[in-house]
Amino acid sequence: MKVGVIVFPGSNCDHDAWYAIRHNLKSEAEFIWHDSPTLGDVDAVILPGGFSYGDYLRCGAIARFSPVMQAVKKFAADGGLVLGICNGFQILVEAGLLPGALLRNQELKFICKEVGLRTETKNSPFTSKLLVGQVIYVPIAHGEGQYFADARTLDELEAEDRVAFRYMKNPNGSARDIAGILNRGRNVLGMMPHPERACDALMGSTDGLSIFESMFSNTPVLTK
Amino acid sequence: MTITPELIAQHQLTQGEYDKIVSLLGREPSYTELGVFSVMWSEHCSYKSSRIHLKKLPTTGKYVVQGPGENAGVIGIGDGWVIAFKIESHNHPSYIEPFQGAATGVGGILRDIFTMGARPIAVMDSLRFGPLKSAHAQRIVTGVVSGIAHYGNCFGVPTVGGECVFEECYAGNPLVNVFALGVCKEDEIFYARASGIGNPVIYVGAKTGRDGIHGASMASAEFTEESKQKRPNVQVGDPFLEKLLLEACIEAMKTGAIVAIQDMGAAGLTSSSCEMGSRGGVGIDIDLDLVPQRERGMTAYEMLLSESQERMLLVAEKGREEEVFQVFRKWGLDAVTIGVVTPDGKLRIRHQGSVVAEIPNPALADEAPKYDRPHDVKPFRKAPLEGPAEIPASADLNADLVRLVGSPDLCSKRWIWEQYDYQVRTNTLAGPGSDAAVVRIKETDQSVAMSLDGNGRYCYLDPREGAKLAVAECCRNLSTTGAIPVAATNNLNFGNPERPEIMAQLVEAIEGIAEACAHFETPITGGNVSLYNETLGEGIYPTPVLGIIGLMKTAAPVPVAFQREQAHLVLLGGFRETDATRFGSSEYAKVILGQLWGLPPALDMDYEKRVHEAMREIVAAGLAESAHDLSDGGLAVAASESCTVAVGASIQLKGNQRAELALFGEAPSRILISTAAPEQIQEISLRHGVEAPVIGVTMKARLQIGNPNQMLIDLATSDLKRTFEKALPALLLTKHV
Repeated sequence: MKVGVIVFPGSNCDHDAWYAIRHNLKSEAEFIWHDSPTLGDVDAVILPGGFSYGDYLRCGAIARFSPVMQAVKKFAADGGLVLGICNGFQILVEAGLLPGALLRNQELKFICKEVGLRTETKNSPFTSKLLVGQVIYVPIAHGEGQYFADARTLDELEAEDRVAFRYMKNPNGSARDIAGILNRGRNVLGMMPHPERACDALMGSTDGLSIFESMFSNTPVLTK
Repeated sequence: MTITPELIAQHQLTQGEYDKIVSLLGREPSYTELGVFSVMWSEHCSYKSSRIHLKKLPTTGKYVVQGPGENAGVIGIGDGWVIAFKIESHNHPSYIEPFQGAATGVGGILRDIFTMGARPIAVMDSLRFGPLKSAHAQRIVTGVVSGIAHYGNCFGVPTVGGECVFEECYAGNPLVNVFALGVCKEDEIFYARASGIGNPVIYVGAKTGRDGIHGASMASAEFTEESKQKRPNVQVGDPFLEKLLLEACIEAMKTGAIVAIQDMGAAGLTSSSCEMGSRGGVGIDIDLDLVPQRERGMTAYEMLLSESQERMLLVAEKGREEEVFQVFRKWGLDAVTIGVVTPDGKLRIRHQGSVVAEIPNPALADEAPKYDRPHDVKPFRKAPLEGPAEIPASADLNADLVRLVGSPDLCSKRWIWEQYDYQVRTNTLAGPGSDAAVVRIKETDQSVAMSLDGNGRYCYLDPREGAKLAVAECCRNLSTTGAIPVAATNNLNFGNPERPEIMAQLVEAIEGIAEACAHFETPITGGNVSLYNETLGEGIYPTPVLGIIGLMKTAAPVPVAFQREQAHLVLLGGFRETDATRFGSSEYAKVILGQLWGLPPALDMDYEKRVHEAMREIVAAGLAESAHDLSDGGLAVAASESCTVAVGASIQLKGNQRAELALFGEAPSRILISTAAPEQIQEISLRHGVEAPVIGVTMKARLQIGNPNQMLIDLATSDLKRTFEKALPALLLTKHV
């Protein structure tokens, strides 16, 4: 099992994701530079948090043009697992791999704190080791994490069981308390909270582990 | 251009200083050279008023790898790893433009750290503002906080702690002191010493613009009505570019082709080139036409004095430039050779085909003026030594405690620190709200604890004792989490040193720091002096801010909060009575009585140190379930802070002291511990000659404090916590016209 962590200029949670995979989950991880046209031999991909290209424009709006995103799109289309965390979620939305948009937090401030997340579906390669209704504690750290989509899209997400996590107490004004969503193929997950920060008891929570463990036990074998 | 007395005055140089320039050069300076001298000889760059006194600070010790004089101090933490750390102020820019002023303050100190080859892993900030009584005051606070958040969060360094205090004297002169700490291998430290005649001098990072010209000189003068016109002097930060610069510099350093590197901070290109040359005993020859420029038509004067952010100057090995360029190209950054290292020890600047400045490097650095400014008077203070004849009896001690925990200085600063990403890099074992922040070093089994402290009120009443108390409190904070204090950095924020009674404050404070740092074995490895913190003749309280770091084995640090009901409470250090004179410096006197008098709390440094030693042994033995040091607000406030909504405490005081003094006196050398094993703690304490009375137990959801005669405090912890958490947002959201 080898996870590719994409590094955009301005990514800053890339090392954290790498460390969690390598040291907390004892698996393989490698960095993939944003101008790489291919993903090499990785089995799954993480788009980490940070401020790609400074996020001076809309978050993720420039990163989606990085050469590596073509490879990520193809990888996702082939059924590969793609996890976008925080800025990674924003990039997936900008790239059209997930619906909706992420707006500035309702209170217009950056928020860093641990939040409770309710697991909404077990039916995904990222949440299979959780139970529906199970609450996990994972930190958020973002200024633009207010999930927004029109009512029809939100209804569709719910009807198709594609809401992965909801906030127990909505910190940022997200529509219908949504913290993470799946694509239609259920192999792409975008979430604002940082599971890689909740993989080590010393950091206060190990609830993030189950997301990665789910991923690892559900990685499809792809022809590369 | 002819140099007139007016022009000299505009450059904040005295006639005597100008005469010295003429004698050092052996001729009149050019206009460009005058500009160069004015920034290099400014208070901010030359430390001309403080240098002779800073020599009194202890700077060596068994952990110290690099003391003052480089971009940051360095200490060894074992296994070949080192920590680089330093504190710096950005006070003046933060008043003029709070957001960018604070943001670039963070940017500047981060560059100081990674210039050394160390990757920044933690930031803390020490803030002082005026009372939140006006929309203007609110804007300064929200601007500074969002500026720090903007820069640190985007760069990807956690802001793990700090302090924030409000006093009238900071209304026109807020303090923004930023501490940063980074880590690298000892054999990968880089220094800013140019060497190798013929080696290329390479400029990397952002292009040079007209922003920040004369920022260093601005930071060396008092504020006047005209200061608001100085907005163009404030630089604009780009944290994304800085993040790229960090990654590129660290990658370029690994090529082995870099000889020396220095960031362009205050006085930009001028200071970086002459300091690198001067430290290495060589000359540097630069052609300004080669400098990447953001706008056309800039003069040599403007380019040399620009403080555009996110720029570095480096010296590479001749013939290996391409290796360096390749790395910077990968990160999309400018990297150009703009000059060469020469044997003649001179800073030579060329522009459009002619030499526009030619100055011996030592003239700018070592030969800069050094003043022993008059200070043979009592340090400035207006407060009386004696307070009210009788401290008024409290009408309602419960109400007093609630007011104190909801006061601006003592209330929760969550509104501030939740805007900072305090977890990025997943090393933060204890973050904001802890006595000391603790960050693990993943590459080793060591963690670094760090604490910032300064108390302007104490220092105003007695600068020497106040400074010592700040050192003591930092070391106590570190020991409370179980870390051993090893080294310090300091930021000296004072008023106008040309006033003898202000200079006396500075000298007293430096000597106090020297004495305490020697005593607690925390040598000073670097720091910053910020003078002229005055607006319209009103100075700030003398505010030395100490940043002290400690080491501990990586493990979960002892929390501040009580963990369960029915734990025993031990007051390590004992009750330590406060008398009426020393009560005048307390938060109680400030918040409840609205007065300031007397002296700071009495500090017995020997006893204090024994308390720290006992505390570390208690932590190492695993006996402390929670621990919190007593400081501002005394025992009652410390106990409130350790309470959670679920768990409170029942505490018994001795009966022989005035209730107000016993509850709210701020005597140092005390730590409140909850434990299952009070006898073992007392055994350890006895061995260290430290008192450790058992003063109560934790209980469900109430805080009760009484003496043998009566109950003094009886409050629901939920009420205390609500007041504690809601106070600051309420103060910031109140609408003022």
